[in-house]
Amino acid sequence: MSLSKIKFDKKIVLSFWIILIALIIAAPTLLPVFRLNLLGRYLSLSIVALGVDLIWGYTGLLSLGQGIFFALGGYCAAMYLQITSSSEFPNNIPEFFALYGVEKLPFFWEPFRSPFFTFFAIWIIPALVAGLIGFLVFRNRIKGVYFSILTQASLLVFFNFFNGQQKLINGTNGLKTDVTQLFGQMVGSESMQRIFFWITAILVIAAWFFAKWVVKGRFGNILIGIRDDEPRVRFTGYNPVIFKTIIFSIAGGLAGISGALYTVQSGIVSPQFMTVPFSIEMVIWVAVGGRGTLLGAILGAVFINYAKSLVSEALPASWMFIQGGLFILVVTALPEGVLGWIQGDGPRNLLQRYGLKRKIETYPSLEVNNKEGNNE
Amino acid sequence: MELLLDSLFNGVAIGSVLLVAALGLAIVFGLMGVINLAHGELMMLGAYTTYVTQLIFKLPILKPFYNSYIIVSIFLAFIVSGVVGILLEKTIIRKLYGSPLETLLATWGVSLILQQFVRSVPLAYGTGLIISLLIGLFLPTTFPTKIKESINFKYFKFSSWIFAALTGVLTGSLISSSIGKLSRASARNVDVTAPSWMRGQVEIIGTTFPKTRLMIIVITLISVIAITLFLKQSAWGMRIRAVTQNRQMSDCLGISTEKVDIITFGIGSGLAGVAGVAVSLLGSVGPNVGGNYIVGCFMVVVLGGVGNLLGTVLASFGIGIMTDLIGAGRFLSIWPNMPLPLSNTINFFATTSMARVMIFALIVLFLQFKPTGLFPQKGRMVEN
Repeated sequence: MSLSKIKFDKKIVLSFWIILIALIIAAPTLLPVFRLNLLGRYLSLSIVALGVDLIWGYTGLLSLGQGIFFALGGYCAAMYLQITSSSEFPNNIPEFFALYGVEKLPFFWEPFRSPFFTFFAIWIIPALVAGLIGFLVFRNRIKGVYFSILTQASLLVFFNFFNGQQKLINGTNGLKTDVTQLFGQMVGSESMQRIFFWITAILVIAAWFFAKWVVKGRFGNILIGIRDDEPRVRFTGYNPVIFKTIIFSIAGGLAGISGALYTVQSGIVSPQFMTVPFSIEMVIWVAVGGRGTLLGAILGAVFINYAKSLVSEALPASWMFIQGGLFILVVTALPEGVLGWIQGDGPRNLLQRYGLKRKIETYPSLEVNNKEGNNE
Repeated sequence: MELLLDSLFNGVAIGSVLLVAALGLAIVFGLMGVINLAHGELMMLGAYTTYVTQLIFKLPILKPFYNSYIIVSIFLAFIVSGVVGILLEKTIIRKLYGSPLETLLATWGVSLILQQFVRSVPLAYGTGLIISLLIGLFLPTTFPTKIKESINFKYFKFSSWIFAALTGVLTGSLISSSIGKLSRASARNVDVTAPSWMRGQVEIIGTTFPKTRLMIIVITLISVIAITLFLKQSAWGMRIRAVTQNRQMSDCLGISTEKVDIITFGIGSGLAGVAGVAVSLLGSVGPNVGGNYIVGCFMVVVLGGVGNLLGTVLASFGIGIMTDLIGAGRFLSIWPNMPLPLSNTINFFATTSMARVMIFALIVLFLQFKPTGLFPQKGRMVEN
């Protein structure tokens, strides 16, 4: 029985929310600035993990290219921040342009002067790009590992493009945001970071509810149907292409929001967000947390990243071994993820193995017959 | 004409590196349906094997044969990567047949571990570990049938593993005491220097050509011919093809699919090692050297059509030639008076990284028209 089906007491649910909200409000006073900033970043990563869970956990599409949309969202936010705080630089354009002798703002920067446009661009541009890539791939019924390989190739296309174009977007150096101004305040300042933390926390909860709403009802059923038996869904009269494209662009939009939040809290966006390992890491957060469980994706992203920073501080060399081991372990031993294991039969099986709980006899009549047979 | 020839040579050189790297992948992915993201790291192991072999051949005993170390290292690299591949198959991949996405994630985990392994374990002890794996995996298979079938075989197996471990530790410390460079772990890149007969250039039909490039083309050619002969002419090759076509039927007819899987994976991984030798001739060798090739290799396999070696060959040379044409902006020299917007576009893409952008975009475009590659596998399944 899944956790969502267990009926919780209303009081428990209410107190859970009250504690959660209290923790979010109190976090800036409880944690030192450095840790708070890390927590904020990891919370923003949990939004992209939600997107990965939607496409992989629910629809069965393993995308290795979520970094594209993550970085696009980050670039949108960073471009706006750079351009609004460029008034003291020559030609009123961001500082780095002078290094490459560019005097005129490239045309695609222009719309980012408007905060209104940027607000929508952060999630609509990644969603549109995801929709386009998704449509082209799904239309040809490319799926399974081919889809994964193609998304990885697209990731490299974007990485090479952003990495190589110094004159357009500062290439491999990326765009810095921590010394830029937003509404008259320094983005990297402590007070702004606190506000960003709260925004992130609220958006994580909002994204969670949104994702819950997406996978509920008929739309969610079709997604699960595509994951489990796509030809059957097609033969039933649904067009999987449309559903896959929609869910892929939703995941892209979530990745964009996540990237923007991550960028303002880490202070820089660079093509490093589009490297191959980072995008695969997103998958492992979901895999460890529990694919097909939305809460698992959030918890997985936050806990694994926190563990990563703690382990890397203590033993820098060992994190790669641990991470590699996690990939192997979660796939071979714990395919449902931690939360999936808890919600499924995992704990009961464990207790039964050590004789702490009575075994359930699936077919009582058979068991009885067997025993009789043995006696003969 | 000369320009075209130049471009063709360069393209073939780029393509042959791609081909030798993708060949092992084409076999593992094409014949077994297994996505091996650790393929790049198996290449890396091959490259490091070349480095270790080179240093061992600098020892006084082997010094007279120094010039031939590269030939020896090709065989050694095949064995090293093959053994690691077999271990991988026996421990992890075997459990995951039929679920390619899970295999993909698990092999990525393996690739991370291998990368960190060469960073934090001294190469001498790494060599020792490989030697013990080799002995431990293969010694039991050489026992007479009588012992193999006896109930006490597991004790024989166990004792051969102990023997293997001892030999490994011994050779590891022997190497580490005699070659100082291998006794410390380091994350720094290392360099393989080609023997004297491979340095310099040769002239072919008016264009100069580095000898190392030529060597890579030769390695590629030999690998392709050898693997084609193996698949088409040998008994095990036939069994591999049979299992590819219909696993259950082959199983029923008495082919040991388990053995076929091990052999296929071992050969595919071994070819990755050979590719590693080729790659080590091109630049310095580091823990991340495999990562630069892996996506390109997958593109070659997808473009060529899965399970078809001819497709793989054509796709890699096609990509190689296109990379040279775009990356060096050769269209401009063929047609110098091109209208301005067009020539600007070509100049825009005339760098290594932008050529990659263009190539991948072209491949995605190509797959719009032929989703299953140049030579698709025929089948009547709805999933095909």
